[in-house]
Amino acid sequence: MRKSLLFVIVISSGVIFTIRLFSLQVFSSDYESQSLQNSVLKEYIYPERGFIYDRNGTLIVENQPTYDLMVVPRQLQRIDTTEFCKLLKINKKILVDKINEARAYSTRKPSVFLAQLSKSDYAALQEKLWKYRGFYVQKRAVRKYNTFSASNILGYISEVNRFDLRRDPYYQSGELIGRQGIEKTYEKILRGVKGVRYLQRDKFNRVIGPYQKGELDTLPTKPQDIYLTIDIALQEYGQKLLQNKRGGIVAIEPETGEILVNVSTPTYPPDLLVGRNRSENFTVLKNDTINRPLFDRGLQGQYPPGSPFKLVNALIALQEKAITPRFSVQCNEGHYYGRNDFMKCHCSNGTKNRLNSGIYNSCNTYFANVYRRTIDRLNDPKKGMDIWSNHVKSFGMGNYLGYDHPTGQKGFIPNSDYYNYWYPNQRWGATTSLSNSIGQGEVLTTPIQLANMVATIANRGFFFKPHFVKKLQRDSIAEKFRKPNYTTIDSIYFEPVVEGMSNVVKWGTARIARVPGIEVCGKTGTVENFVRIEGEKVQLTDHSMFVAFAPRENPKIAVAVFVENGYWGGRWAAPIASLVIEKYLTGNVRRTYLENRMINGSLVDEYQKPLSGKSFEINE
Amino acid sequence: MNNKFILKFDWYTFLVYIALVTIGLINIYSIGHTQEESMLSLNHTFGKQLFFGLLSIGLIFFIQFPKVKVYERYSSIFYLIILALLIGLFVFGKEVSGAKSWYSISGFSFQPAEFAKVITALALTKHLSEINTDLTTLSDQLTSFVLIFLPALIILPQPDPGSTVVFLSFLLVLHTEELPSQYLLSFIGLIVLFIITLLIGNTIATAIVLGLGLLYIFVLDKKRRRKRLLSTLLTLVLASTFIQSVDFVFENVFEQRHRDRFNIVLGREVDTQGIGYNINQSQIAIGSGGVLGKGFLEGTQTKGNFVPEQQTDYIFTTVGEEWGFVGSFVVIVLFMVLMLRILLTSRRQKNNFSRIYCYCVVCLLFAHFSINLGMVLGLLPTIGIPLPYLSYGGSNLLAFSLLLGIYLKLDANRINEW
Repeated sequence: MRKSLLFVIVISSGVIFTIRLFSLQVFSSDYESQSLQNSVLKEYIYPERGFIYDRNGTLIVENQPTYDLMVVPRQLQRIDTTEFCKLLKINKKILVDKINEARAYSTRKPSVFLAQLSKSDYAALQEKLWKYRGFYVQKRAVRKYNTFSASNILGYISEVNRFDLRRDPYYQSGELIGRQGIEKTYEKILRGVKGVRYLQRDKFNRVIGPYQKGELDTLPTKPQDIYLTIDIALQEYGQKLLQNKRGGIVAIEPETGEILVNVSTPTYPPDLLVGRNRSENFTVLKNDTINRPLFDRGLQGQYPPGSPFKLVNALIALQEKAITPRFSVQCNEGHYYGRNDFMKCHCSNGTKNRLNSGIYNSCNTYFANVYRRTIDRLNDPKKGMDIWSNHVKSFGMGNYLGYDHPTGQKGFIPNSDYYNYWYPNQRWGATTSLSNSIGQGEVLTTPIQLANMVATIANRGFFFKPHFVKKLQRDSIAEKFRKPNYTTIDSIYFEPVVEGMSNVVKWGTARIARVPGIEVCGKTGTVENFVRIEGEKVQLTDHSMFVAFAPRENPKIAVAVFVENGYWGGRWAAPIASLVIEKYLTGNVRRTYLENRMINGSLVDEYQKPLSGKSFEINE
Repeated sequence: MNNKFILKFDWYTFLVYIALVTIGLINIYSIGHTQEESMLSLNHTFGKQLFFGLLSIGLIFFIQFPKVKVYERYSSIFYLIILALLIGLFVFGKEVSGAKSWYSISGFSFQPAEFAKVITALALTKHLSEINTDLTTLSDQLTSFVLIFLPALIILPQPDPGSTVVFLSFLLVLHTEELPSQYLLSFIGLIVLFIITLLIGNTIATAIVLGLGLLYIFVLDKKRRRKRLLSTLLTLVLASTFIQSVDFVFENVFEQRHRDRFNIVLGREVDTQGIGYNINQSQIAIGSGGVLGKGFLEGTQTKGNFVPEQQTDYIFTTVGEEWGFVGSFVVIVLFMVLMLRILLTSRRQKNNFSRIYCYCVVCLLFAHFSINLGMVLGLLPTIGIPLPYLSYGGSNLLAFSLLLGIYLKLDANRINEW
């Protein structure tokens, strides 16, 4: 009996240990991840971010190394502070402050002690760094810009935030992500794929060799360089023309949909959002609610299109057979369209316009009648309105254009539902929305939509979706940018309108836009606009607007220019557009007097008016 | 030694022994293979252990030559010598990490406590096997206790509490040899009471013990003989006093590190960085091994040297990490086979000395095996004792080889003995 006790305890100990082993090794899986956390260091290898070139292969964005001096407060020892400060050219107070700051953040984790050392400082420091335990230099790559322009197109990169981390498990805290612009849209192309190296650590956190002989390691995938559709010289030229004015220039190559220029002013130099002072500068830019430098007027600015919209209305009326080019209307400095409703026009009393002169004189009366005939043709304004609305939308207006840039606005093109909503008794007709006929009223478009509209007219009926990237280093650009989008207007109806546009420049409202040797087709616009100042609707000076393409046959460039509160389309927008066209097509500008006038012209005083708090005159 | 001897020699046990030593060597190599020395050098842990392994096998064969009576006859002398060596440690001992447990002889360290276990086993066996020894008598009980606890008490202050605890396992031998059951029962009872008290507090523990006692007296014990009633009451009083003293002992007699070890195993504290680091790391290492293990030389915890004392007391963590559940199970099975085999062969021994010696071997092996694995698997408080045959350490390997060698000799002589 007593002897069997030994058997019993020996066997039961074996059973107990086996069960315990089973629960530790087979049943529980926590220990495996704990073991990896414990002993395996995951180190990432980042490939250098891709370069960005313009359409002609000019390097716009590259990378530059910077050297940050890092500190780990826990590892600090007594050092010769005088020598250290002299080496870094700082005073002792900064040293103490910075270390306290780092200590407040974490004693074990590294903090940036001095960001972006110059190369010579770095060289001098490197030799003596061994003396200062707890300090080390970390090499980083930041963007380097070879242009002062295009910041609205390029965007910027910044550290990932917790939303990015939650959305995409690829990113680790502290990594960089394209935050805006091309850097955002083409983030995956530009960043490549980081490589991973697993290293075996020991209990002191020292790396003692590769983990599993490096079998799990992955090599980084090299990113691709990007070639933009932008002509950077033209972009910079456009920005110079628009300086001291608020506005935008969007130029598109009609036969491809490639965006040649997208200027928005006021803007900021792209290197403002690089490196050390990025967040400070960003806050300043973001808080500037008067100039709104971060606001891309070309893509985001929604304005009434004004007179250029008459071109679309003419095309729709022709397609719907509401008019022929010979359709004529008499203008008496405007016309009555209701009992007390008068629409003004600058035509002199008794002017008789057909389509051609209607366009080059920009006659409001003529297009009001065109519009009414379009809407009322079927004696059903709802049906007429929807047909009109769908035609307009086929030009890419009223919705996002689908370009490869993260910012943008839809604009607004009303349809019958909209008016049914505002007039529930359904008693509305063409006259209710008559302002749409001259591009005022409910219609809103963005400059890039207008540029696309001109490109469509230049193509006589179709457009390629505008885009910013011409080619990638290895991949091809998206399929949607390579196939034409046809409007609902047949190509035969375009020629009369193009003829009218040509005459606008020849002897119409934009004679100043004539470029020697090139037949420019354009349309001016002078856009009434209103703002709310202290709750009161106040009219400001009209926006100056101009759309054009050139040459007339085989067009190479379509431009939309607008200058906020610039008054006549012919005053600012038309000259600027013609200068951009001249520069692009001939390579140099011969009309230097006009160029100088545009570059030196300033609307700062005009913009001060509503801010001054005093009463002011408009349209001077 | 002749052909007859070769036939009678317990080759099974010997093969299990060789297997365990080999497993030990493989894992010691894995832990130490990053060392710069040549692996066969005596400065390399593997080289040194290999040397002692070969020496141990030699020792086992050497033991087979003398007449079997030598071990019985000279056990008293060995016992006195080892006592002298143990006491000598206080004067000549080399201090290694706070413990004076080693003699240092020309580069080799020698730990007499390991041999004391074997020699105490011999001396105890001799005493118990004498024809007129009767463990129901108080004098023989006392003699046995003195034999066991004299070396244990000398070792305790060195300090080497692990080895001291091992000596308690001889109680099982005494119990097998007709020591009255009260001793073992009270011993186990005290341990259980101690742990229960720590877990639930002395007030509730006292209440439960008194409740159970009264239940026994008034409900279960129908006859209510006076003598039994008295002894039951006495037990209750002693038990309650013991419970009340647990707090005092725990807080005042134990040192903080002992308290911490208990607290962690009993789940009264969670701490993975300080005191609980060992236990946590050893469980991570074993647990991360999974079913099949990470493979020879592939253990990340082993490579990173996360488990302290991994080649000695925590060698089983390497087995667990690199060989997984399968490998660990094999080691457990080998120990089971070894112990059960010796227990079974005890039945064929023709004299008391051989038979009782078998119990001693099993008890020593069991104590080391269960305390070591209990600690490594996080079931018992940390008590530093090595896993026999696997752990790195010359004295331990030689001592346990000596233990097994004498058993093999005794077993092989079971016929001649008559």
